[in-house]
Amino acid sequence: METLLNDFSVGLFIMQAVILLILILLMRKFAWKPILDALQSREDGIQNALDSAEKAKLEMQNLTASNDKLLKEARAEREVLLKEAREMKETMISSAKEEAQVQANAMIAQAQAAIESEKKAAMAELKSHVASLSLEIAEKVVRQELSNKDKQEALVESMLGEATLN
Amino acid sequence: MVATKSIQFIAALAFIFTSFSAFAGGSDNGQPGNTIDTPEEIKDYIAHHLKDSHDFHLFTDNESGTHVSFPLPVIVWTNDGLKTFMSSAFHHDDNGEVIVEKGDARLVKLHSKIYELEEGATSINFDEENHPTNAHKVLDFSITKSVFGMLLAGILMLLGFGALARGYKKGHSVPKGFARVLEPLVIYVRDDIAKPNIGKKYRKFMGFLLTVFFFIWILNLLGLTPLGFNVTGQIAVTVCLAIFTAIIYLFSGSKDFWAHTLWMPGVPVILRPILAVIELIGFVIIKPFSLLVRLFANMTAGHFVVMSLIALMITMKEAFGPVASTGMSLVLALFISVIEILVAFLQAFIFTMLSSLFIGMAVEEHEHH
Repeated sequence: METLLNDFSVGLFIMQAVILLILILLMRKFAWKPILDALQSREDGIQNALDSAEKAKLEMQNLTASNDKLLKEARAEREVLLKEAREMKETMISSAKEEAQVQANAMIAQAQAAIESEKKAAMAELKSHVASLSLEIAEKVVRQELSNKDKQEALVESMLGEATLN
Repeated sequence: MVATKSIQFIAALAFIFTSFSAFAGGSDNGQPGNTIDTPEEIKDYIAHHLKDSHDFHLFTDNESGTHVSFPLPVIVWTNDGLKTFMSSAFHHDDNGEVIVEKGDARLVKLHSKIYELEEGATSINFDEENHPTNAHKVLDFSITKSVFGMLLAGILMLLGFGALARGYKKGHSVPKGFARVLEPLVIYVRDDIAKPNIGKKYRKFMGFLLTVFFFIWILNLLGLTPLGFNVTGQIAVTVCLAIFTAIIYLFSGSKDFWAHTLWMPGVPVILRPILAVIELIGFVIIKPFSLLVRLFANMTAGHFVVMSLIALMITMKEAFGPVASTGMSLVLALFISVIEILVAFLQAFIFTMLSSLFIGMAVEEHEHH
């Protein structure tokens, strides 16, 4: 211990303290600060690059997913459109059919009505013909009958008889 | 290919160790031509190496007795004011024999310490325990080998990590070349030492933790080279590092930390002052002490073991002959050196880890129930 204390040199201690202090200050200014800063910024850069790569990957995944979704949606929309078109076609056809039916019915009814009225007119004409014809015949018959007095009386008799019978 | 490489590696190591032994064969007492043969001399030499020194000793030529070394500047505060000169003025003397006169101050170097002679003394006198009686230690701000090592480590750090920082500034988000090796180390300290122990507020302490981690590690590794730095084995250095850590965690302590330290909730009131004393001693003295002793003891022990194993080639020469003892020393020293490389990292890691653990304890905010 005594030799140890004897070996302790105050001058060396002071020199060492001064050298170490200066060295720490110099190294901090010229070496450690720039080195550590550079290391830090490099590590930050690497971390940022990794993070952004991760983010890009995620975005890519999202994009693919949304693409898929869009595709699915488009497909569904197409289905719907097709279905609607089909339905529309059917309704159009059916409505056209109905309309045609209605029109046909109306035409038929009109035709029937026309036929009916024609028929009636024809019947009326026929009746008037028959009536005038029968009148002519009856006139002729009556002229022939009334030419004879007996026969006139007989006829009146029979007609009266018929009238009471009715 | 691998085999040739490993052979080259072993050759290089052998060269390093031989240069080390030339180094070991240098001077213990600064006496020219004084080779080291006996266990006593080896022990002294190792003890000498573990201390700081004022010059950068490479090797000694025993034949001519010349030392090959770089002198380092000596800066001392004496009674006569601040004195500066090169350490070569002592002529490698470490026994207080060469007196350097600077103004009114007369300085000698004794066991790697610089003493100033008292007024009127012409040579240094010792008592029975070999302590100088007529000289006192001076405040020594010299660029010693340890200070040189610290400056070297600091420059290496500024260059290396400054290059890494500049690379980022130029807009390369991924570093190139050598900086690519440094970046994972910074990330390692941040993610495995600071973040798990401190939590969200880690950023504020990164400057200290990173600096201390690389400072200790580089100094530990420099200590393994044949240059023979033993910076982190200097108790003054580890004390300083530990005090820095203590100051940081004591000054950044949260309200909760102080509340729990000084007035622990949930225990009987009588016990609270006792706990406060225990906690305070723990945070102010024991924790920094454990930090400083762990680092100091580990590095000193490592140097001691490596050098002792190298010295085996001398101490075992009698018993096994020169070839066997050299081989044994080489293998063992290589083995321990490899472990020391691990220990160099481990101690830097443990120091930083414990520092951040203590800081984490201090800044933690408890959730109130």
